[in-house]
Amino acid sequence: MLDYRSHFPLLSRRYNDKALVYFDNAATTPKPELVIEAVNKYYREHNANIHRGPNFLAEEATNLFEDSRKTVAQFIGADHKEIIFTSGATAAFNLLARVLGETNLKTGDVVAISQAEHHANIVPWLQLKERIGIELKYIKVNESGDFETSSLDNILHDKKLRILSLTQASNVLGHLYDLKTILAKAKEQGVLTIVDAAQSIAHHELNVKDLGADFLVFSGHKLFAPSGVGVLYGRFELLDKMSVFFGGGSMMSEVKEQSFEAIEAPYKFEAGTPNIEGVIGLGAACRYLQSIGWELITQQEKELAQYFLQRLKEYPFVKLLGGENNRLSLFSLVLEGAHPHDMSDLLGEEGVITRAGHHCAQPLHESLGISSSLRASLAFYNTTLEIDYFFEKLVAIKTRLS
Amino acid sequence: MDIYAHNILDHYKNPRNKGVLNEADASCRSLNSSCGDEVTVFVKMKGEKMDKISFEGHGCAVAMAGMSILSEALIGKTVAEIMTMDLSDVQKYLGINISPRRHKCALIGLRSLQGALKVRADKLKE
Repeated sequence: MLDYRSHFPLLSRRYNDKALVYFDNAATTPKPELVIEAVNKYYREHNANIHRGPNFLAEEATNLFEDSRKTVAQFIGADHKEIIFTSGATAAFNLLARVLGETNLKTGDVVAISQAEHHANIVPWLQLKERIGIELKYIKVNESGDFETSSLDNILHDKKLRILSLTQASNVLGHLYDLKTILAKAKEQGVLTIVDAAQSIAHHELNVKDLGADFLVFSGHKLFAPSGVGVLYGRFELLDKMSVFFGGGSMMSEVKEQSFEAIEAPYKFEAGTPNIEGVIGLGAACRYLQSIGWELITQQEKELAQYFLQRLKEYPFVKLLGGENNRLSLFSLVLEGAHPHDMSDLLGEEGVITRAGHHCAQPLHESLGISSSLRASLAFYNTTLEIDYFFEKLVAIKTRLS
Repeated sequence: MDIYAHNILDHYKNPRNKGVLNEADASCRSLNSSCGDEVTVFVKMKGEKMDKISFEGHGCAVAMAGMSILSEALIGKTVAEIMTMDLSDVQKYLGINISPRRHKCALIGLRSLQGALKVRADKLKE
């Protein structure tokens, strides 16, 4: 096996004279040298605003930015005109909720999500509920992480359902959802569909056309790219008809004292100077992953997940949230005799980076009857030796605490 | 920071004054939104001095031990004294250095107590 660790400068960091074991990829991934270098190079050599300025620096920067759009489009099987750069998945959800809320929804209309959603796919809809009185319904999630069939059916048969917005992978249960059939059913009834790919994007090949989503969102920083950049994919015919969200520079063709005219999609959704270096970094990250290849990434992560689950069985004091099937190499744990916050803190002192809390999925934790969990989220570059070290330290800390 | 310190683990495992205080003058519930910890504090005053403190809730060792320690240490303190307390005071009572990432955990007890005293003050005004 190749040593992918050497691609990531962060992983050579030491703490308390211990090697870094980075098990927090679901929060944010480390950045490969190639991505850091692309961002660095932009500032050292180009540093220009894009889509304006008749000088060569501006032209170079614009080309790099638009090349990234093409790379990202190809990465998810879309056309480049269907890629809107945002500041992240959260911004993409807010854009959708506001624009669709203003034009497509009225009081009493139903928006449906699942119990496994991140707050980014909950709160913008709750804001719409406050503003225009939509109804927010939840598809129930069972113990193993699957959508409950009867709950899903009820929602799909709801005559007032207008938008179905679902995550492709739970950031807590690690469950990967097969959304294709569900989206097709929704589409048959003229329901708009949104997919949250924030957690799945770095782990599985994605083709938006094959998936059949109307819209799809993800963040760059969970895909080995810098933070502050994300993507909203939308079918072009929908984007074309949608009204704009942010108004400002570069999104208009003409502005008069009392009126303006917006340009075409996707540019009409990108008001103001964007996160140019972030977008360039995102393009570099996509190319990096393509150079490794999905086959290797998924195989590697599958092996890590199997090994983690196997080791987990040795420790009855650790309870795994969700089932074992269709699982990313992401594990939220509840520990008898140790609070997740203490465990995460003390693991950190041993060089193991994890996360504790409700992971921005409070309704899900509530439905599971717990307030927080300890999450270890792995990526293809992690190793089984690191998993061994994790469990060794987990047991040692738990013994000292109880 | 030493979560393993004897008094922290002792108070975490055997919290003092846990439970509802029926004769309480006021109570206050606090949440730590980032980690899901939750504390409800009950206070009983004798004039302007703290007479009894109890608490309910769940949280990490720092939050729970901190709350437990305060529930003993602040008896006899005045409202004015408690209202002006801050992280450095909590740190003294806990006897350990608290790293910035655990400030919220350490403070949840004191903030709830101050909240309960504010509720009581509002009640007295009415």
